[in-house]
Amino acid sequence: MKRFWIACGALSVLLLAGCGGGKEESAKKEEAAPAPAAAPIDEANAATVTGKVSFEGTAPKMATIDMSANPACAREHSTAQKSEEVVVNGNGTLRYVFVWVKQGVPDRQWPAGAPVELDQKGCMYAPHVIGVMTGQNIEIKNNDPTNHNIHPLPRINQEWNQSQPPKGEALIKSFPREEVMIPVKCNVHPWMRSYIGVVSHPFFAVTGEDGTFTIKGLPPGNYTIEAWHEKYGTQDLPVTVAPKESKTVDFSFKG
Amino acid sequence: MENLRLHRFSVVLAFCTLILVVAGGLVTSNDAGLSVPDWPLSYGKLMPKMEGGIFYEHGHRMVATTVGFLTIILAVWLWRGERRAWLRWLGVAALGAVVAQGVLGGLTVLFLLPKPVSIAHACLAELFFSTTAAIALFTSAGWRKGPLPVDDAGTPGLRLLAVAAAAVTLAQVALGAAARHQALNIIPHVCGALAVTGMVLWVTLRVLVGHPRHAPLRRAALFLLSLACFQVFLGIAAYMSRVATADAPQPMPVMVGFTVAHVAVGALTMAASVLLAIQVFRHVRRPARELAVGGVTVTS
Ligand SMILES: [Cu+2]
Repeated sequence: MKRFWIACGALSVLLLAGCGGGKEESAKKEEAAPAPAAAPIDEANAATVTGKVSFEGTAPKMATIDMSANPACAREHSTAQKSEEVVVNGNGTLRYVFVWVKQGVPDRQWPAGAPVELDQKGCMYAPHVIGVMTGQNIEIKNNDPTNHNIHPLPRINQEWNQSQPPKGEALIKSFPREEVMIPVKCNVHPWMRSYIGVVSHPFFAVTGEDGTFTIKGLPPGNYTIEAWHEKYGTQDLPVTVAPKESKTVDFSFKG
Repeated sequence: MENLRLHRFSVVLAFCTLILVVAGGLVTSNDAGLSVPDWPLSYGKLMPKMEGGIFYEHGHRMVATTVGFLTIILAVWLWRGERRAWLRWLGVAALGAVVAQGVLGGLTVLFLLPKPVSIAHACLAELFFSTTAAIALFTSAGWRKGPLPVDDAGTPGLRLLAVAAAAVTLAQVALGAAARHQALNIIPHVCGALAVTGMVLWVTLRVLVGHPRHAPLRRAALFLLSLACFQVFLGIAAYMSRVATADAPQPMPVMVGFTVAHVAVGALTMAASVLLAIQVFRHVRRPARELAVGGVTVTS
């Protein structure tokens, strides 16, 4: 019997030695270096780019999400919840398109706005798509009577996974590096999925119920505007704006 | 009497391990591996609310804990009650494997499913299951009756073929796990299926044609052959159901069902290939040429 315990002891030492090393590797990667502080932003000459994202073709029928295995989620919905992968608005435009200035923005430190809210309601993310600046706080809320885990799947930023109890305290998170887009999922409710666009400047927008977007405060110059949609991919369009000019850039995705 | 009880206990452990494999397969297929971000506790508790993915992930942990305790009991039992030293040590090895498996499972949670760890966790699961099945065989009454030696005239030797079949099956398990955890695409696993099917047909037909009246060999061969055929069917069904439900917003029951069945029958096939190899080594004599060189025969 003694040899048995010796053998077990030897095994556990080996195992501990084997897994002891792993934890340090999660040490944080160095934060992105701050861009050089440039001259004050010339707000008087700032230009604006507006537009809409239209949808051509027949809108695909979205699958109904089956929440029957999760009564706490199902109770929050009086009608069947559809997947938000493709949402075509009544006016033929596409919702949840992330529009951002991909190229041409001067490299400088831009002021970030107030925290952006990402709510979990009825076991859905609200809204489905958000945009933030690098370092800008995201306030993740849980309005549900159920546990969620929040698990972003970035390729450039650091991946993490955190649980949030029912009606729990908001989680404050940010991403230090530009990344368009970061999928976010919940593994408790495998249909839950949202996307976060992280941009190093404040020139981005997400299309809503009217399918339009507005990007304000752009310095005069030549830019590439990109529109991203989770199913239909990306489209780039060039635009040149003069001081105080307002230009329209319209995108169109085919279904 | 004592031996019969030990054998029954080892059969129970093997059966619980198969259930554990199913529970683990359900975690992956339901994409629930990270539904509980902490480990070893779940949401800081021993028993969280079993909802959604937490049901699969925490359920898997509970079945795993049970199997862990059963393995401790079996290892102690073997150590105290078993005369065959190698079998006592096999009990210790099984205990080591189940502890390592638990640690690998914890690492998948803490490091957000690193592919090599997930794949190792899947492979070790099947090896552990094969070990429990082997212990059940070694403690059985049939095994105690002693070998029924037969000669093997064929080339390559049946022993070599049986070991090769088990090795190819293990490689196929690894390829399947790699496809499941998106380290590789499905093509290597499909090629592996051809290799395993070929090897299994080769070795089982050699056994069935060469030793049709040798009950232990025939049974082991038929067991492996039928499982392997069923497994190919389940593999095709799992793949087709995955493709058919690829656009669904959540894991669909038909895909989960076929995939988990494919994982479970994969574990059974792996164990059957190991058991056939063991039976072949027990009953099939080495060819005369090898004996002349001076081999050591394992007897109990
Ligand atoms: Cu959730």
